[in-house]
Amino acid sequence: MGYFEMTRTVLRNLVRGPATRQYPAVPARTGPFTRGHVTFDPTTCRSCGLCSRRCPCEAIRIEKEEKVWEIDRMRCVACGDCVEGCPFGSLTMEPEYFPPVVEHVVERHTITYVKPEKPEKKPKEESAGTGA
Amino acid sequence: MPKRIVVPFGPQHPVLPEPIHLDLVLEDELVVDVVPSIGYIHRGLEQLVQKREFTEYVYVAERICGICSFMHALCYCQGIEHIMKVEVPDRAKYLRTIWSECSRLHSHLLWLGLFADGMGFENLFMRSWQLRESVLDVLEDTTGGRVIQGTCKVGGIRRDIGQEKLDEMHRALDPFEQQCRDLGDVFLNDETVKYRLQGLGVISKDEAYTLGAAGPTLRGSGVAVDLRETGYAAYGDLGFKPIVETAGDCYARCAVRVKEVYASIDLIRRAIDGIPEGPLDVKVKGAPDGEYFSRVEQPRGEVVHYLRGDGTKHLARARIRTPTLANIPALVKMLPGAQLADVPVVVLSIDPCISCTER
Ligand code: SF4
Ligand code: SF4
Repeated sequence: MGYFEMTRTVLRNLVRGPATRQYPAVPARTGPFTRGHVTFDPTTCRSCGLCSRRCPCEAIRIEKEEKVWEIDRMRCVACGDCVEGCPFGSLTMEPEYFPPVVEHVVERHTITYVKPEKPEKKPKEESAGTGA
Repeated sequence: MPKRIVVPFGPQHPVLPEPIHLDLVLEDELVVDVVPSIGYIHRGLEQLVQKREFTEYVYVAERICGICSFMHALCYCQGIEHIMKVEVPDRAKYLRTIWSECSRLHSHLLWLGLFADGMGFENLFMRSWQLRESVLDVLEDTTGGRVIQGTCKVGGIRRDIGQEKLDEMHRALDPFEQQCRDLGDVFLNDETVKYRLQGLGVISKDEAYTLGAAGPTLRGSGVAVDLRETGYAAYGDLGFKPIVETAGDCYARCAVRVKEVYASIDLIRRAIDGIPEGPLDVKVKGAPDGEYFSRVEQPRGEVVHYLRGDGTKHLARARIRTPTLANIPALVKMLPGAQLADVPVVVLSIDPCISCTER
């Protein structure tokens, strides 16, 4: 005993083929909940700013007046807290890892949500106000 | 008397991926004294508690270390929960235990690989990491992250594991345990490994205790201290006996870790068997006001999070003592008497994690 402990494993591994995945020929393995990168849907965001307040890395910046939603991919650590916190489901976590970048660019989106809804609401509120 | 020379070792070293610097005082090839220095990767994470809300800091705590990330989050959350008197639901406690043990598994397998690499046993190194990969796959499937799990939060956990997945994990445990035992047999029984490790870097029981060593370094010297015995999370229900070796050399520390791999598999199995149904978290209202020393057993030993809240959303102070810091004095005691060629093995035997240590 004691001298050829590893031999069995070695022989088994010799005939078994590679244990590693042949990335990038084979895509990287992802699970159902893999936190890859955050995607933003500008049509549903109501500029509440919760995501930006919750983000532990200050990766999200939002400007209500200019309707700008920005994410700094280099700051984001893909924790998923913003996705959990968004009350309107505008953010989703996609399983693909974001490709590496060489330049520090902030991804900028223009929020397209508010326009159709707001003019409808305001007259209603006003009429309700004057009616009472 | 031979002339003394000083050989710098690290922070960049081919065998040791951890940025620790040691000044080795040598007489010929024999180490007679060691002066350690750290401070290469300090990131100021403790200071961040004053800038991040206490619920957000979990993500920071998790990123203190890339290996025991889940346990750092767990330790932090348990501390806050204790200050705020939050009782975590049982299912959350069990899932925390399962993830903790998975982390321990992958940490120990990683270490076994690195250790084999340090000894020059490349084949064993690759085999350990091959097994580790299957643990990482389970972690990714259940939490969404391979090393940063991100599932712990103040008041519970963020994600459930479905019964189907739990059953699948349970089925996978038996073949996995067999593979781990095959691997462990090489570490425990192979003559070449024994020849390289036995009698190397010895530290006695008393010395290990008085120097405040932690984890497998302490247990390898015969002191039965394991915080899982205190019964945090679900360890109280599962029951746990610390694994102890008495020789105090590198072989003993290696044996403790190999046996802890088996113990972790057993703990996961019993946790899956006994997991209760129920909610995953409780709502946490208010802010922490008070202080607490939270302690958790990490793969490398006992981690301590000291947390003090002053009733605001930001903690006033956090202090984190990691196991590697406690093990460095023991390391300084172990090295004199070793050959220069054995230094990487002895240093690795305490499983140093310097990014933990410097936070
Ligand atoms: S995933 Fe986390 S780090 Fe990234 S933007 Fe969202 S909250 Fe910030
Ligand atoms: S993405 Fe969601 S959380 Fe962020 S501002 Fe828009 S609606 Fe609010």
